[in-house]
Amino acid sequence: MLVNQFLMLGAILFCIGVYGVIARKNAVLVLMSIELILNSVNINLLAFSLRNGSTDGHTFALYIIAVAAAEVGVGLAMVLLMYRNRRSVGLDELSEMKG
Amino acid sequence: MIAADLLVAQNIGFYLIAAIMVFGAFSVVTTRNVVHAALWLVVVLAGAAAQYILLAAEFVAVTQVLVYIGAVMVLFLFGTMLTRARIGTDSELNNKNWFMGIPVAVLLLATLIIALNDGFGDEQLPTDAPVVTTQQVSDQIFGPYLLPFWALSFVLLAATIGAIVLARRD
Repeated sequence: MLVNQFLMLGAILFCIGVYGVIARKNAVLVLMSIELILNSVNINLLAFSLRNGSTDGHTFALYIIAVAAAEVGVGLAMVLLMYRNRRSVGLDELSEMKG
Repeated sequence: MIAADLLVAQNIGFYLIAAIMVFGAFSVVTTRNVVHAALWLVVVLAGAAAQYILLAAEFVAVTQVLVYIGAVMVLFLFGTMLTRARIGTDSELNNKNWFMGIPVAVLLLATLIIALNDGFGDEQLPTDAPVVTTQQVSDQIFGPYLLPFWALSFVLLAATIGAIVLARRD
């Protein structure tokens, strides 16, 4: 198998995730797109780990999974707070700091 | 010859799973139903776990299934259920100028593909690499990467406390 197979898959997933972050307005869907981005990075790390014959990439991938779990927890708590205060999870309605 | 046959099987598996993952990812960012998006995300995450197995990373694959498909997806579904405001209509899910995301993503993808082709070309992954065992991974985590592990523990603690403080009613 080529190294590029996995790297290309990671690149495609990354770009789809970036598109989702830009295009989506619903905060939960933006968080899901961020998960796509983090997963593409994990695929890259593991591919490079296999290529270089080291286990460092596995450690980094596990740390990324842990950070992603923490991020989803805090992010969904913020979304919940936002919904409770203004009955909507649209990111364009958070415009108090726009001046 | 046997190794070559095995590689064919691996390649077929890779492209099958990769196609399913890309389709699922497209569905995540284009579907009009938040719950459907969460379920398509499960497909993508499970496909990623399968790719990790192809990359000889069994412990990371199991962790992916446990943490992502087990815990994170439950969180997502709870978040979706608790914020069921006016979901279902497309205008509520996408930005007004959502189409600006298409050129950004396409340009980024083109740049990445050119760079990857330049950098790696036809380089093969090693075929006889041993599966990385859980013991090796834990030796890494509790050896040279112990300090980041502690930092990560504090991140998780802070995130837990922060989520409770943010979400509780008072």
